[in-house]
Amino acid sequence: MKVYGFKNHPYIPNSGPEVQKKMLDYLGLKSLEDLHAEIPEELKLNRPLDLPKPYGSEYELRRAVEKLLSKNMTAKEYLNFLGAGCWQHYVPAICDEVNSRSEFLTAYAGEPYNDHGRFQTLFEYESLVAELLDMEVVNVPTFDWGQAAATSIRMASRMTGRGGALVVGTIDPDRSMIIENYCDPGVKISKLAYDEKTGMMDLEDLKVKLSSNIAAVYFENPSFLGFLETKGSEISRLAHEAGAVSIVGVDPSSLGVIEPPSAYGADIICGDLQPLGMHMNYGGGQSGFISTRNEERFVMEFPSRLFGVAPTIVEGEYGFGDVAYERTSFGNLREKGKEYVGTQTALLGITAGVYLSTMGPKGMEELGQNIIQKSQYTIKELSELKGVVGSRLEGFSFKEFVVDFNGTGKTVEEINEALLQKGIFGGKDLSKAFPEMGQCALYCVTEVHMKEDIDRLVSAIKEIVEE
Amino acid sequence: MKRIIRKNRVRSFHQARWNEPIIFELGSAGERGILVPKAEEEIVEKVGNGFDSIPAGMRRSVPLKLPEINQKRVLMHYLRLSQETLGGNINIEIGQGTCTVKYNPVVNDKLAASEKMSELHPLQDTSTTQGILEIIHRTDLMMREISGMDHFSFQAAGGSQATMTMASIVRMYHRLRGEEEQRDEIITTVYSHPSDAAAPALKGYKIITIMADENGRPDYEAFKAAVSERTAAFVVANPEDTGIFNPRIKEFTDLVTKAGGLNCYDQANANGLYGIARAREAGFHMCYFNLHKSFGTPHGCGGPGSGAVGVISELRDFLPKPLVEFDGEKYFLDYDIKNSIGKVRAFIGTPQVVLKAYSWIMSLGAEGLYEVAKVASLNNVYLIKRLLEYKGLELPYREDVQRIEQARYTMEKIAKDTGFSSGDIARRVMDFGMHIWSSHHPFYIPDPLTLEPTETPSMEDLEEYVETLHHILGEAYNNPEIIKSAPNNSTIHMVDESSMDDPDQWCPTWRVYQEKTKVE
Amino acid sequence: MMKIGLIVNPIAGMGGRVGLKGTDGEDTLIRAIQMGAISEAPEKTIKALQQLLPIKEQLLVFTCSGDMGENETVQAGLYYEVVYISGRNTTSDDTVLAASSMKELGISLLIFAGGDGTARDIYRAIGQEVPVIGIPAGVKIHSPVYGNTPKAAGKLAAEFLSGRQVQLVDEEVIDIDEEAYRNDVVMTQLYGYLKVPVIDKWIQNKKAPTPLSDKASQMSIALDIADNIVKDIFYLIGPGSTTKALMDVLKLKKTLLGVDIIRNRELVKADCNEDEILRIIGDSETELIITPTGGQGYLLGRGNQQLSPKVLGKIGKRNITIIATEGKLIQLNGNPLRVYTGDEGLDKELSGYYKVRIGYGMSRMYKVEG
Repeated sequence: MKVYGFKNHPYIPNSGPEVQKKMLDYLGLKSLEDLHAEIPEELKLNRPLDLPKPYGSEYELRRAVEKLLSKNMTAKEYLNFLGAGCWQHYVPAICDEVNSRSEFLTAYAGEPYNDHGRFQTLFEYESLVAELLDMEVVNVPTFDWGQAAATSIRMASRMTGRGGALVVGTIDPDRSMIIENYCDPGVKISKLAYDEKTGMMDLEDLKVKLSSNIAAVYFENPSFLGFLETKGSEISRLAHEAGAVSIVGVDPSSLGVIEPPSAYGADIICGDLQPLGMHMNYGGGQSGFISTRNEERFVMEFPSRLFGVAPTIVEGEYGFGDVAYERTSFGNLREKGKEYVGTQTALLGITAGVYLSTMGPKGMEELGQNIIQKSQYTIKELSELKGVVGSRLEGFSFKEFVVDFNGTGKTVEEINEALLQKGIFGGKDLSKAFPEMGQCALYCVTEVHMKEDIDRLVSAIKEIVEE
Repeated sequence: MKRIIRKNRVRSFHQARWNEPIIFELGSAGERGILVPKAEEEIVEKVGNGFDSIPAGMRRSVPLKLPEINQKRVLMHYLRLSQETLGGNINIEIGQGTCTVKYNPVVNDKLAASEKMSELHPLQDTSTTQGILEIIHRTDLMMREISGMDHFSFQAAGGSQATMTMASIVRMYHRLRGEEEQRDEIITTVYSHPSDAAAPALKGYKIITIMADENGRPDYEAFKAAVSERTAAFVVANPEDTGIFNPRIKEFTDLVTKAGGLNCYDQANANGLYGIARAREAGFHMCYFNLHKSFGTPHGCGGPGSGAVGVISELRDFLPKPLVEFDGEKYFLDYDIKNSIGKVRAFIGTPQVVLKAYSWIMSLGAEGLYEVAKVASLNNVYLIKRLLEYKGLELPYREDVQRIEQARYTMEKIAKDTGFSSGDIARRVMDFGMHIWSSHHPFYIPDPLTLEPTETPSMEDLEEYVETLHHILGEAYNNPEIIKSAPNNSTIHMVDESSMDDPDQWCPTWRVYQEKTKVE
Repeated sequence: MMKIGLIVNPIAGMGGRVGLKGTDGEDTLIRAIQMGAISEAPEKTIKALQQLLPIKEQLLVFTCSGDMGENETVQAGLYYEVVYISGRNTTSDDTVLAASSMKELGISLLIFAGGDGTARDIYRAIGQEVPVIGIPAGVKIHSPVYGNTPKAAGKLAAEFLSGRQVQLVDEEVIDIDEEAYRNDVVMTQLYGYLKVPVIDKWIQNKKAPTPLSDKASQMSIALDIADNIVKDIFYLIGPGSTTKALMDVLKLKKTLLGVDIIRNRELVKADCNEDEILRIIGDSETELIITPTGGQGYLLGRGNQQLSPKVLGKIGKRNITIIATEGKLIQLNGNPLRVYTGDEGLDKELSGYYKVRIGYGMSRMYKVEG
């Protein structure tokens, strides 16, 4: 086979022929082909890979990739009202500054000495989120909300020794799929009925389904559909009476103004960090947190790393390390290794820490207030339109709300298509996932929406439904 | 003018040491880090202050005790902490064996930071995201060629999640054939990554592990005895974490295929294989790659990353949904995946990471990837020979078995003579601005050190690492005090870990620390 | 005030330096002294005791006179009381008597310096009633009851006495055939179990979860077997601490050194001999659960007289389940597990690869050789 390669490539210092010769001579080898001696001929490819020609310079590479990217239309160029698990918030410049620092961006698994900064920022992120949630232990973050919920449910299953879990009926079907796959086999997931008027959990159904085989009850606040579950205390109480764990999934951007679930009996709180300083990245900015009280029985079930603070041999120095790294909870040696640890979303945890330390308590409160006011305004204005119900579900909604278009005679698909023509991303079409609602869409309004944006949406929809 | 003479053979290094307080100790009441938009007057007139509409009992009553710090102080804090972190792009990253920490080209970060990537909502109409969908699809096609597989999904966001994805596909596959109950065992090897056992165990499988034979390769006879009609799959890394390639891998995969099982390839150690050996020819039905290892995307302190899972065409319909497809005219998200395992991660994964991988591959091409594999191996074999010049450092199993892109060494002799372990040496290596890693647990090889140079270091970098390690091993004999007290040139001194395993003392957050240390 | 015991075997290790392997037996000892052997145990003991100085004010050492502990304690600088007076040439009996009296005095830990012989004597005296730590000072160190070095042993004692997080595990006391050993043949056998404190701390590299500690592994194996016990079949449980864990889970008492029979999770008969086993199991389906004991990876033979070829014949190879912690397997250094039934044909038949259970739902393919 012809020897080929890419000599003097900027990313491969030892690709120069001279230095290669020096190294090969030292090794007593004649050519690069003498390497990989352990791979038998039958397994070797023995032909060049058939790949597109690479770009000959960084300039050409950049130009070509930017050209591809230019085919995208962003949520800044369009007016975006999509949410449903990924939300458009303002990312403070300081967040981008810190998480693009090469030291943080390219570090991996050093020790608490040479990666002291990484340990401290992650410890601080854990502590800041703990304040937000009013809990005591927070994990080094996992992949996303779905994963966090799935792990929380498995933790509950290990703790209680039970193989069933009850999950709200209004959960995002996609998130539910993540949970179901992760819990299969081992924990059977069943959905709970909900009140069609308010979206809230049907407590009678909960009472019926709470058996001695239920390890956990999982609900969300705000719900995937945006409403607040106001009967959290009752749900937690019923769960506890049945010996089950109460798990609540939250949107942390609400907690500056909304009560954290620790106040209504939650044992495990989970959710997504993405609203706290992460760009949407086409879904790549998700990051899942799990949080509990500092009780040994909970701590022992975390499959994630937990960083803790400790003294060093020098007075006044902060050191860090892994809390309860061995986590051998004798009662639950059946679950062979407690899931697994690996690369997840640490840099996003660090970013969330930067966000919370920048926003502070006042900033989080103002954020929540702004979101409430903007979404209430949107709901009000939309309700003025013929055939449109601004918020279908009775009761209060935070950030997201279900807009009911059934009275317009148009489908959400048609409306969104028309909105797209006007440079607007309309809310997520719920007609397939929640057929009993008919033509409804999930709209998301945050602090990035100015009055003029909302007014533009309203007049666009007005035009569409009145034509 | 005096000439500045630099003649140290080892680096005279000191890591930044700012002795920063914990964030909660900064700032004072009333300081603001950023101002948040306020609703326009007309809106306030129409809907009020917002708080009043929150239902009774749902308004936050628990005080929010976040610190109040001005913006500059927040920035100073984090910049200082970043200086106290040893990123891969800052040091000669040879010491993090199995992690494949190579150069992460900065141009890729700049591209991913573009608003045309970062400001996309995952549920936007796909007519507005043709750019990123095309990039993902093109990467899919290139990875098919690199691996020989027929279809890739980028939904898994890490290696362990990718392994879990493969295990989920295995379960679904056998479920549809009515053999789910019968096939309850998955076989792996001791030198594959621990997640290759843990993820399938999570998916309900009994795990059988195979040890290495006297040559360091998985024991064929043991393996043969393990394969049966109960075998659901074989999950393995090749080369393994020792750097040793199993030349009989096809015999292994053939046994499993004949027995009706699936072969799953953990390609975390792919960096020395591009263009040389592929998953397909070795008999695998599926494989996964860590884009944040082999494909040059940054590790981010532990994510976000991406675990690209590839399968042969017969298994395409099991992949998580949606898949990025092309209909001849436009790119779209195909949710109609007949026997899909459902989802493993939100939306379609971490597209900004796929973008960086795409860009990395496109800056190298087939010839460049081949060069990567060859130089990664050249650097490794060179490093081995240079390091072994130090008597006492040895390669376990056979020294004449050529390692591929990484190697596990043993310093057993040195440990016996001096009493120092891998962990002690690691703490001293930090005094020179570098890493060294031992091994996953348990230590099958005593006093292990695992090093992986990748194709990134120059010969000069390799020499610096070798000189430094030789120097330190010498200190183990001649200057033990300096190793006992290490690290001395790092950011902090030795941590007192005694509280970490004691439920009464551990402090996983600041508030617990305050509670445990309050003065009565 | 914490009370601990200290017994030093001053002649331990004297054989090694001069090429003899051990000093059991007066003749060998005389030869060793003639060859110039110097007593090493005292010096090693002092090294270990010095690790206790930080807690000396809370510590009282009960020990034996002269070189059997008193001299070393004085040199190390700890508070002590002599509770046993020994003669010039200390014997096995001295060790046993001393240990017994210290046990009566309510010590919380017994530290001893010596080799396997000393460990056996201690075991005879106190069994599992008091935790022990061995200071390695003998040539014959096959029992895992010792710290890695005198200093490590001392440090371990300090940690244990300071109330740090420490587990107590059953460690094997090994019996070795002296004569064979001197002829370079190592033949070991399980003699008993001592309770030893263990701290296993992994310090570095936390990218993947640590495997369970040995004790936790034993529990997880036990849970796996217990969860899958089949109704109505007999289970023969062989000797060992790993098999003991199984009995612990079932809340049954285990004969550490013998074979117990259970059925439907209840004890049928404890500590059976060959005849009893054959009588009880008759022709019924029987499962044998065994773990390697006595060092060197012996599964059968070397002390498993109850599991005779006749018994094994009734059970059948398919019904043999081997359990072992990963730590135990790693100690074997790649060497196969061994069976020695006395019947060569049977040994051959039993050879091959087994799925050795190492955790809940986890097995290791391991070779067994006759």
